[in-house]
Amino acid sequence: MSTTTVKSYQEISQDGLWHNNPALVQLLGLCPLLAVTGSVVNALGLGIATILVLVGSNLSVSLIRNFVPEQVRLPAFVMIIASFVTCAELLMQAFTYELYQILGIFIPLIVTNCVILGRADAFASKNPILPSVVDGFMMGLGFTAVLAVLGAMRELLGQGTLFENMQLLFGPAAESWKIVVFEDYSFLFAILPPGAFVGMGILIALKNLIEQKR
Amino acid sequence: MAFIRVSSPHLHRPLSTHQVMRYVILATLPGLATLTYLFGWGSLINVLLASAFGLVFEAIVLKMRKRNPMPALKDNSALLTCVLLGLALPPLAPWWMLATGSFVAIVIAKQLYGGLGNNPFNPAMVAYALLLIAFPVEMTQWISPARLLEHTPDLVSSLQAVFGHPQIADAFTMATPLDGFKHKGELMADEYWRQNAFMPEKVWEAWALSSIAFMLGGLFLLWKKIFTWHIPVAFLGSLGLLSLLAYGADASNFASPMIHLFSGATMLGAFFIATDPVTAATSNKGKLWFGAGIGVLVFVIRTWGNYPDAVAFSVLLMNFAAPLIDYYSQPRSFGHKKPRKGIKHDA
Repeated sequence: MSTTTVKSYQEISQDGLWHNNPALVQLLGLCPLLAVTGSVVNALGLGIATILVLVGSNLSVSLIRNFVPEQVRLPAFVMIIASFVTCAELLMQAFTYELYQILGIFIPLIVTNCVILGRADAFASKNPILPSVVDGFMMGLGFTAVLAVLGAMRELLGQGTLFENMQLLFGPAAESWKIVVFEDYSFLFAILPPGAFVGMGILIALKNLIEQKR
Repeated sequence: MAFIRVSSPHLHRPLSTHQVMRYVILATLPGLATLTYLFGWGSLINVLLASAFGLVFEAIVLKMRKRNPMPALKDNSALLTCVLLGLALPPLAPWWMLATGSFVAIVIAKQLYGGLGNNPFNPAMVAYALLLIAFPVEMTQWISPARLLEHTPDLVSSLQAVFGHPQIADAFTMATPLDGFKHKGELMADEYWRQNAFMPEKVWEAWALSSIAFMLGGLFLLWKKIFTWHIPVAFLGSLGLLSLLAYGADASNFASPMIHLFSGATMLGAFFIATDPVTAATSNKGKLWFGAGIGVLVFVIRTWGNYPDAVAFSVLLMNFAAPLIDYYSQPRSFGHKKPRKGIKHDA
């Protein structure tokens, strides 16, 4: 492994949130991204689970980085990631059972989310513990932000509401967060997978536009 | 018979884009007239509204792309797309459906890919498929033929239905032959036909008549050499052959070739949509494969799929395949080696 230049925490954060955003720039983890962003609550649920797994796996991979031979590093990383995903899955079953049922297969599938293995191999296996944790958190936050924006877009376009069913994630107090923007409105396309592709394309275009204007 | 002496040059000036588009739009007129005669004002309103929306969107998006909108507006391509969309949508579709459809066709399916000539998918069919997925109920309710009803929707109530009172449209709608056949349930086909209440003879007649009108328009284009015979013949041939085989094998469960060929969007699709030069395969051999593929897909989706009609999905799927077909059907030019087939790593 080559020695990498040491990055400041500010650079790591900017990379994760914007310049090297896992969803908008690296285009990793598109499968859950496109599948679960039908509403804000689903997007946040998956996003938070992903953050937990990313921070945990980056931490552990960074801890063992000097003991794992390079030839077997990928299986080792996947094992670590899988155990953290199992933790996240059990936690969701315990505290947000309904949301867990809605997200279904996409929670266990976080194991195969390329963002996580990508960060483990590209960053955590070459960097000390604290930067790795920050990187995991910021990458996860960037991913979650895109999930949430896409979820809000699709929820608004698809059924004319925002923040519906937030109580699934934040407890009964969040029930009143729901905002009805359009009454009696439904545009099924935005909720279905093709709407996710179009929405994702628009978000990437917007990001490129903002970069261009700078 | 007099021999007309034509002096050189014998070359014809090729038609420009806007002339080709104008011919195609003209060729849809018999179909549009027949639809209007049989089903009331709905289709005409559809076409006019969709065209108006489409031209406005085209102008706006070209402004946003910092291009001069006038040449693109004058080449009639946006107009043709919207005319085809208006013909494909059920009559008395609400105005917001037409607006959404025109927006998707012009802005997303055409201009975002780079405008005319760069779009990989047929814009009208992209819009149709999107609307079908987004509004399945509205999209599968066709108005019943006017002659069947004692009170046909007049122009005023048609406009009311389009602009805000969908319940007026509901009063006039019924299932199409394809839709009815799909939802015949456990009935055997002959029993189903005997139950005239569901699908009276006249409905079937109206569909066949409008299909024939579209076919005539298509034949006019063929005569004018706007497109070659390959795609329509391959499409109709493969669809006819497959449905004939299925019908011959089991007449009580499969729709007859007549239903497949002369109802739904078959004729409109074969002559006006599949022949779009931008999104179809280019060589003659490729066009045959392209058309035949659409025919097979239409039969498969209509018979076993969830949606009653399948032309839009089939055309889009074959649009996907068109570059591949082109790759494998490159004609050999005289004096050159055979075209390469498959990926070879030579040189």
